[in-house]
Amino acid sequence: MTLHEDLVRTVVYQHPQALEAISTHYCPGCTHGIAHRLIAEVIDELGIQEQTILVAPVGCAVFAYDYLAVDGVEAAHGRAPAMATGIKRSLPDRIVFTYQGDGDLAAIGTAEIIHAAARGEHITTIFINNAIYGMTGGQMAPTSLPDQRTTSSPFGRNPAIAGNPIRMTELIAAIEGSAYVVRRSLHNVREIRKAKKAIKTAFRVQQAGLGFAMVELLSACPTNWGLSAPDALKWVEEHMVPYYPLGDYKVLDAVKALEDRE
Amino acid sequence: MQEEVIFAGFGGQGVLFAGQLLAYTAMDEGKHVTWIPSYGPEMRGGTANCTVVVSDEPIGSPLVSRPSIAVVFNNPSMIKYRDQVKPGGLLVVNISIVEATTRREDITILNIPATETANALGETRLTNMILMGAMLAARPVVSVETLRQTIIERLPKRRQDLLALNLEAITKGVELAQAQLVARA
Amino acid sequence: MTVQLLKGNVAIAEAAVRAGLEAYFGYPITPQTELLEHLSARMVELGRVFVQAESEVAAINMVYGAACTGVRTMTSSSSPGVSLMQEGLSYIAASEVPCVVVDMMRGGPGLGNIQPSQADYFQVTRSAGHGDYHPIVLAPASVQEAIDLTFLAFDLADQYRHVVLLVGDGLIGQMMEPAEMPEMRPIRPRPDWAITGAKGRSKHVITSINLTAEENEAANRRIQARLAVIRAREQRSVEHYIEGAKVLVIGFGTSGRVAQSAVKMAREAGIPVGLFRPVTLWPFPEDRLRALVDDGVEAIVVVEMNAGQMLEDVRLVVGREMPIALHSRLGGAVPLPEDILEDIVAVAQKLGLAGPETVR
Ligand SMILES: Cc1ncc(C[n+]2csc(CCOP(=O)(O)OP(=O)(O)O)c2C)c(N)n1
Repeated sequence: MTLHEDLVRTVVYQHPQALEAISTHYCPGCTHGIAHRLIAEVIDELGIQEQTILVAPVGCAVFAYDYLAVDGVEAAHGRAPAMATGIKRSLPDRIVFTYQGDGDLAAIGTAEIIHAAARGEHITTIFINNAIYGMTGGQMAPTSLPDQRTTSSPFGRNPAIAGNPIRMTELIAAIEGSAYVVRRSLHNVREIRKAKKAIKTAFRVQQAGLGFAMVELLSACPTNWGLSAPDALKWVEEHMVPYYPLGDYKVLDAVKALEDRE
Repeated sequence: MQEEVIFAGFGGQGVLFAGQLLAYTAMDEGKHVTWIPSYGPEMRGGTANCTVVVSDEPIGSPLVSRPSIAVVFNNPSMIKYRDQVKPGGLLVVNISIVEATTRREDITILNIPATETANALGETRLTNMILMGAMLAARPVVSVETLRQTIIERLPKRRQDLLALNLEAITKGVELAQAQLVARA
Repeated sequence: MTVQLLKGNVAIAEAAVRAGLEAYFGYPITPQTELLEHLSARMVELGRVFVQAESEVAAINMVYGAACTGVRTMTSSSSPGVSLMQEGLSYIAASEVPCVVVDMMRGGPGLGNIQPSQADYFQVTRSAGHGDYHPIVLAPASVQEAIDLTFLAFDLADQYRHVVLLVGDGLIGQMMEPAEMPEMRPIRPRPDWAITGAKGRSKHVITSINLTAEENEAANRRIQARLAVIRAREQRSVEHYIEGAKVLVIGFGTSGRVAQSAVKMAREAGIPVGLFRPVTLWPFPEDRLRALVDDGVEAIVVVEMNAGQMLEDVRLVVGREMPIALHSRLGGAVPLPEDILEDIVAVAQKLGLAGPETVR
């Protein structure tokens, strides 16, 4: 083999098979697309495309099933973990995951996510925290930061009136039944790589039947934040990360063993 | 008299504002008027449009399948609306950035270099006022005089510095249209 | 009062403020969100209560709590959110406390879309939750009417201690029209039945449980007696071109408004047709409709943005013999005047009221 042939044969980058080859409806600079791609790469690497079932949320990612090349269903707003429970209990050997925004998971769907975790439901949840209601045009989310201006907190979020932002990862980590609960971010390449690794672990936890797994991804919404795409990533780093520290909040020993074998 | 006007273009081109300005002007002339935007997620795809109905009588439907006037700010809007204008109607085209054409002979077509003219005035955001002036020159849905008055009265305080430019842009639009209409007559 | 150009959602929100709204609870949903957004600024400025709830289930129960304290309170949503409110609405109705709920209906079932629809007619007029009652339902067809009916909604809610729903759709909510906004009204005093803490009086209890059948039947009889009064007194409707109408077009809200254009065109073509637009969907304006029918209506065209839900109420009033044609658009589609006109012409031709060449 010549050097040249070797170069030709080493694939360093390609379109994941589990990602449909179409362009998305997401706004420029939105990180939903990155999260989709990471999930697709993990599905490819684990070779589970034909076993995986996606439960899509109500939110900007409502059409996630158009972009991921796996079976998909669309839940009512906030109910994805309940629907995923029904699917997983009926098809225990399939890989079932929910993909949910902060309004979906941390407001209207709080009960469903907490109880799915408490039951130790063998599902995986990818939680997109962009601190805003994207789809409805920029209202305050349960994860909006103190003083954050949104279309429904025009004077800035005042915790005395509008409540405090909820740290869902910490909450779910405290629940018996959750096996792997971590927070990552999508604001730069290094963090994106870490996010992918966590997503992979979360799916492997499900394969190994170890319990409920959730990866929170801090995400950008330039359109509704009124920022340029680069500034939005900077905003994630400078404002969201301090409030929502990145890290592992629950990793059962059995999960650590999985990670070590990797 | 009833006119149905569709303004369509990219978000940020002042499409919705142009429609609202027409609605305010019609109201100031004591006419019946409705303004309705396209709304929801479709807006975020980058296109925006609104429909304004102006009438001497109470207005039934604020939505129309076939407008009497379409003002198209960009190429996708041209493609979407060029065939919908009613026979005998008016199509005002921002020829600076619209590439698509039409062979229709049953409507009046005005090709207005609105973006270029606005840039020459030093402010791209005047594109909408130039197209508005052109539209009114061909079809007096409201009078240009009331439009000027409405702008003077309703331009937000923080935009007052643009007042003179806005009025000038309307005049430019009227002139550009008249030159074309006269050439054809 | 001066005429202003107002957007439906914002107009309703501001009208509610001026009608003395003291506490608003809501959750974002298109095509109603501007209403919540307007109140998120206005209520805070005025030192009144605004809470963005975590869901519509929570929002309606916050309204329930506020209503028990005797303040003027409301929530607003759109179809999927109103589905989630059904339980709370039933408790509120059973507890006989007043509240106002705005439903800017959208295309269903399921997530559907955000386009204008009237598919919640059954959901809102039949019971709005479990049990045995009807809420009062008001359906505006213009921005001005939306303002006027918002004031009326609060007054009716107080007068009958009942749930009042104001139903529109994205077209009413998103449209701007010239309208007049009444002056700010003073906050009304708290009613004497309110839960305020039993200081200097015997305690008040507001509950919806009645363990024995006897007790619960008595409570139901009381509600039904009140509904009978509402049904006798509060029917409202609007008519256009009704003089000598042999064909009657019936539609509410947006469909009624669009149909008005079609009726006008048909009149211009010499067809004796009139428009009947119910403003109260419950109570359905049956008395006036019956009178019109007795006055010589020979056929009816019902126009709805659903599969013919109101048609069932029309049928109950006019009996089996009356020919009724349905012009129905589904899933978020809005009827067009020229399409309705075709149906009117077809019906008129069958009755010999229009020649074969009418309106081509
Ligand atoms: C019962 C119900 N209430 C409200 C809505 C409207 N709605 C659609 S998406 C959404 C929130 C989306 O925000 P988030 O979950 O944070 O996701 P994002 O769009 O930001 O990705 C809401 C409130 C709905 N569809 N159903």
